[in-house]
Amino acid sequence: MAIWEVTSKLSDLPDFMFPSFTQVMSTLISGLISGQILIAIGASLSRLLIGFTIASILGLVLGYLIWRYKIVEDTLGFLVTALQSIPSIVWFPLAIIWFGLNDFAILFIVTLGATWTMIVNATSGFKNVPVLYQRVAKSLGSSGFHFLRTVILPASVPQLISGLRIAWAFSWRALMAGELLGASVGLGQLLESGRALGQMDLVISVMIIIGVIGTIMDNVLFLRLERSVERKWGIRA
Amino acid sequence: MYLEIEGIEKSFPHKEKGTVKVLDNINLEIEKGQFVSIVGPSGCGKSTMLYLIAGLEKADQGKISINGKEVKGSGSDRVVVFQEAGLFPWLTVLDNVTYGLHLKKMSKKEAEQKAIDMLKMVHLGNYVDAYPHQLSGGMKQRVAIARALVMEPDILLMDEPFAALDEQTRMVLHKELLDIWRKTKVTVLFITHNIREAVLLSQKIVVFATRPGKIKKTFISNDSKDGVMPSDVTLQLEKQILAELQEEIEKVLKEEMGDDYSFKTNSVSRDTSGDMGSHI
Repeated sequence: MAIWEVTSKLSDLPDFMFPSFTQVMSTLISGLISGQILIAIGASLSRLLIGFTIASILGLVLGYLIWRYKIVEDTLGFLVTALQSIPSIVWFPLAIIWFGLNDFAILFIVTLGATWTMIVNATSGFKNVPVLYQRVAKSLGSSGFHFLRTVILPASVPQLISGLRIAWAFSWRALMAGELLGASVGLGQLLESGRALGQMDLVISVMIIIGVIGTIMDNVLFLRLERSVERKWGIRA
Repeated sequence: MYLEIEGIEKSFPHKEKGTVKVLDNINLEIEKGQFVSIVGPSGCGKSTMLYLIAGLEKADQGKISINGKEVKGSGSDRVVVFQEAGLFPWLTVLDNVTYGLHLKKMSKKEAEQKAIDMLKMVHLGNYVDAYPHQLSGGMKQRVAIARALVMEPDILLMDEPFAALDEQTRMVLHKELLDIWRKTKVTVLFITHNIREAVLLSQKIVVFATRPGKIKKTFISNDSKDGVMPSDVTLQLEKQILAELQEEIEKVLKEEMGDDYSFKTNSVSRDTSGDMGSHI
């Protein structure tokens, strides 16, 4: 930060192009106080939450179908692996044509970004449930939905959590890209307006916010979730 | 007869040979409250037989019936205790034991009381709230036994339940299993490759031949047992069974090591040109 401050002060570039650390901090704080940044965070996170929830449910359901039925595995399973390699922002032009340049289009690519990964992870999670657990449960009289709810789902929880973690990273990136291109409000839109107004201090402030939120989600939420499962199962002491 | 097995045949698909016959015309009868063991070399289909009775696998031919009712699919009247305890790591010991009871639509309170009583019977009253990873191998297997017994099954199917335990733990569990068996009067079908284990515990010992698996001979042993000390009678029986099994062991070894291998005459493989040490 000291280096940043000094290089910025010594640099030939004007302030609006390469703002100093203190300048960025004051923009960040005033943005937080005025509510401008907070509203953007709220808008972005609610989009993320909706898209992510849909993706998780879709992922679980389709993952189940792929695991359960060979024919679905051969068709959809293959398609998913292919689709997974397409960055979800690539879908944006299509989404704009289908839904218009609005929240719906952004939601679409956010959901898409997380869905493929969730399907892949749910499938492999279900597939890796030890046969022993399945036999035990069946021997004790479990079957049908009860079997799914009490054995298959909980036994694949560790894999599902790592799936959620990767899926979240994909949808977070898709969200920023989508908002940058066409949102009325949100962190990505704030970046875009910062660029348009030539306010690099705002742009860098938003970048800091994005980084902070990303770190919190990844290291605090998912890592803790993972650790607590590992502790309970005795995988890690 | 309580458990009746008639003309069971079972084959599995095999990569090179097409199909491999695992069980060939198995006929077996077990009386209510009897403790029966099946011994045989590994790969003889004894575990498959148990899974068929449990309803976890389907036979190609033949009929299995309990109390006159034909077995179709798995059910909690025939609970299996596996070689590995297979406790669910996401549930506490108590929740593991009540797992099957909830399926019986039993009230939560009643199920928990029953589970706790059963855990006390296997001497784990103090570990009700522990998670499986906090238990030793022997304790896990105790929980697995409690989880099976609490269902009050008609028949307890045990698939080498003590094979992964150390000798001391196994001895203690042998004794406890016999105690439990006498107390609950449950019918037990016990699969093992350990002849002594079979002799020490059971009233009836079925020796399996291998490839394909079929019943070679049945032994009856009705003297009282404590599950720990072999008596003269059981030692004698152990010898007889071992003699029966030797032939089967040889068959397996020949298949694995080649036809010139002989378990009885030359355990060290020899060069045909001379005896070992003849060139000294």
